Amino acid sequence: MEWLQRHMPKMVLAPSFFAVLLFVYGFIAWTAYVSFTRSRLLPKYEIEGVIQYERLFESPRWEVAITNLAIFGILFIGIAMILGLLLAILLDQKIRTEGALRTIYLYPMALSFIVTGTAWKWILNPGLGIEAVVKDMGWESFEFDWLTDPDMAIYTVVIAGVWQSSGFVMALFLAGLRSVDEEIIRAAMVDGVSTARIYRSIIIPSMAPIFMSALIVLSHLAIKSFDLVIALTGGGPGYATDLPATYMYAMAFSRGDLGQAASSATVMMMVVVAIIVPYLYSELRTRRD
Amino acid sequence: MLKKTILAATVALTAGAVWAEPQAEVLHWWTSGGEAKSVAVLMEEFAGRGGTWTDMPVAGGGGDAAMTALRARVLSGNAPTAVQLKGPAIQEWYEEGVLANINAVGVEQNWDELLPTAIADHMKCDGEYCAAPVNVHRVNWMWGNAQVLADAGLEMPTTWAEFNAAAEKLQGMGITPLAHGGQAWQDATMFESIAVGLGGAEFFQAAFVDLDEATLTSDTMVAVFDQLRTLRGFVDDDFSGRDWNLATAMVMNGEAAFQIMGDWAKGEFMAAGLEPGKDFLCAPTPGGGYLYNVDSFAMFSVEGDDKIAGQNLLAELIMGENFQEVFNLNKGSIPARLDVALDSFDYCARRSGYDMDVASGNGSLMPSYAHGMALRGAQAGAITDTVTAFFNSDMSSADAVAALATAVKNSM
Repeated sequence: MEWLQRHMPKMVLAPSFFAVLLFVYGFIAWTAYVSFTRSRLLPKYEIEGVIQYERLFESPRWEVAITNLAIFGILFIGIAMILGLLLAILLDQKIRTEGALRTIYLYPMALSFIVTGTAWKWILNPGLGIEAVVKDMGWESFEFDWLTDPDMAIYTVVIAGVWQSSGFVMALFLAGLRSVDEEIIRAAMVDGVSTARIYRSIIIPSMAPIFMSALIVLSHLAIKSFDLVIALTGGGPGYATDLPATYMYAMAFSRGDLGQAASSATVMMMVVVAIIVPYLYSELRTRRD
Repeated sequence: MLKKTILAATVALTAGAVWAEPQAEVLHWWTSGGEAKSVAVLMEEFAGRGGTWTDMPVAGGGGDAAMTALRARVLSGNAPTAVQLKGPAIQEWYEEGVLANINAVGVEQNWDELLPTAIADHMKCDGEYCAAPVNVHRVNWMWGNAQVLADAGLEMPTTWAEFNAAAEKLQGMGITPLAHGGQAWQDATMFESIAVGLGGAEFFQAAFVDLDEATLTSDTMVAVFDQLRTLRGFVDDDFSGRDWNLATAMVMNGEAAFQIMGDWAKGEFMAAGLEPGKDFLCAPTPGGGYLYNVDSFAMFSVEGDDKIAGQNLLAELIMGENFQEVFNLNKGSIPARLDVALDSFDYCARRSGYDMDVASGNGSLMPSYAHGMALRGAQAGAITDTVTAFFNSDMSSADAVAALATAVKNSM
């Protein structure tokens, strides 16, 4: 009985532990292995060296995909965080309709990226959406054709992504703002410190962990971003809005080039590792202190 | 005594094979209206001959989803009996060692005589039949709105120079000369139609089948890209991401004059109640040539007499005159068999059949690269990447040709 009690947690956890070991880490290892082979339609298991990585970094399409990830990642995370914080601070002013407003801003999060992408595709289409409406109102020279401009199309993905996610960031920050100790704020108010200063020097610095969670959530959304691009631009015009995830999909499922897909997936994972490892490191170290 | 036993055993075995009820599990992605109707014809014929058909339709992604399903089935050692596959993909699967041999049916039914040689070669693995063709789509069609062209005093152009002149005239009248959808495969369709028109069959063969580097970087290829750049000026501003059938609709309602698209576009015109030759016109893309896209069923290695019997029966029925006629009337393509009378087909299909006969005779019947008939996925994809990047930027033709050669080399 006592033995059972002692070992129960381990036994309960064991199946999911082994499942994760196999289905997550096992398949990561498998993908990494395949990326060193010449697999085409079906996986092959003879190691051929780093040929797939050479091909990957010579491919102009991959270059576009990686550059797009950098543009999209930085702008999407940056703008969503700033907008989210601003919205949270505005909502934090103890206004009457807060509940309703909060729901409205949070609502886009309930939609799937496919819906967001399709809706924005119509809104941004020069012949149907904003441009057409403004022209109909009489401003004939108005132009807003980012969606069909290969140099600007990636920014439309940022717009749609930010619209979808900033409400969620707002909710995170709002919870953070509410968790700051009221006593400190009151003490500061008694000392005659301005509201702006209170936010800048007390509230925001004490929300550092929230910033970190928001950053992690948004960056993984950015890196795995796939459905939004497929619905909004289909990777186009040309392949101007390709992201690593869409590149990987095209190689694996349309072109029968598994080795190439595996190498791009491995590089994507490296990007994630580069973000997560410093975070884990800092987290674990602070805990030990 | 021994001989008799062997004889008896042989008879028993053969009898077993004959009496096994044919079974076929068929993986395909013909799920939309006209296509589903076409497959139903085959199902009925199969059942009529005592077979049991297990349908396995996987829709989505223009066959990508079906290919993913196929990969999973093959890897788990449980391949379907027959799979909708085409072009070099058949050879690719053959090299994985998973295709079956239906040469006996092909020889018995005399397929070598019935099919154009170029198309029969696609159906063979190491010289023996392993797949059966269903239809022939011509890819390099140009569709025109008859009314718009008559108003402008134009006929269907037969050279690219004529086309450019006609397009400029139309542009002057405020009509979009060319309806186009900015998706990579549509860009590629236009590109290869120009290539076969400007360069001819030999050039096309060297560039898109043999991937000869000198041809890929030749002056002719530069001229092909130049013409593609010219066409870019003839499409409207909102073409990005537009589906092909919406581009067809633009031609239908007179918003645009021409569209370059395979003969599946005809189905859209017909569905709208328009008549070929009267309301809309069809002609080969300027410069001519014949680019084909052949759908076929490849047979996979299966075990059990009933399944093998199903495979053979299926191969026989697919190539049967009745199925070839009924199926293609539904789908808008033409029969792969040369001996099926095209009397009940429309004007465009008869033209396609006639041109195929001629092209097959003089060796200018060419596989469409944009529709996966000429090259394997990786190489075709590399070319399409370059073409679509060129079409959607201000890259120079010289740069495009260099990028094309690099991309092809990198895809090997």
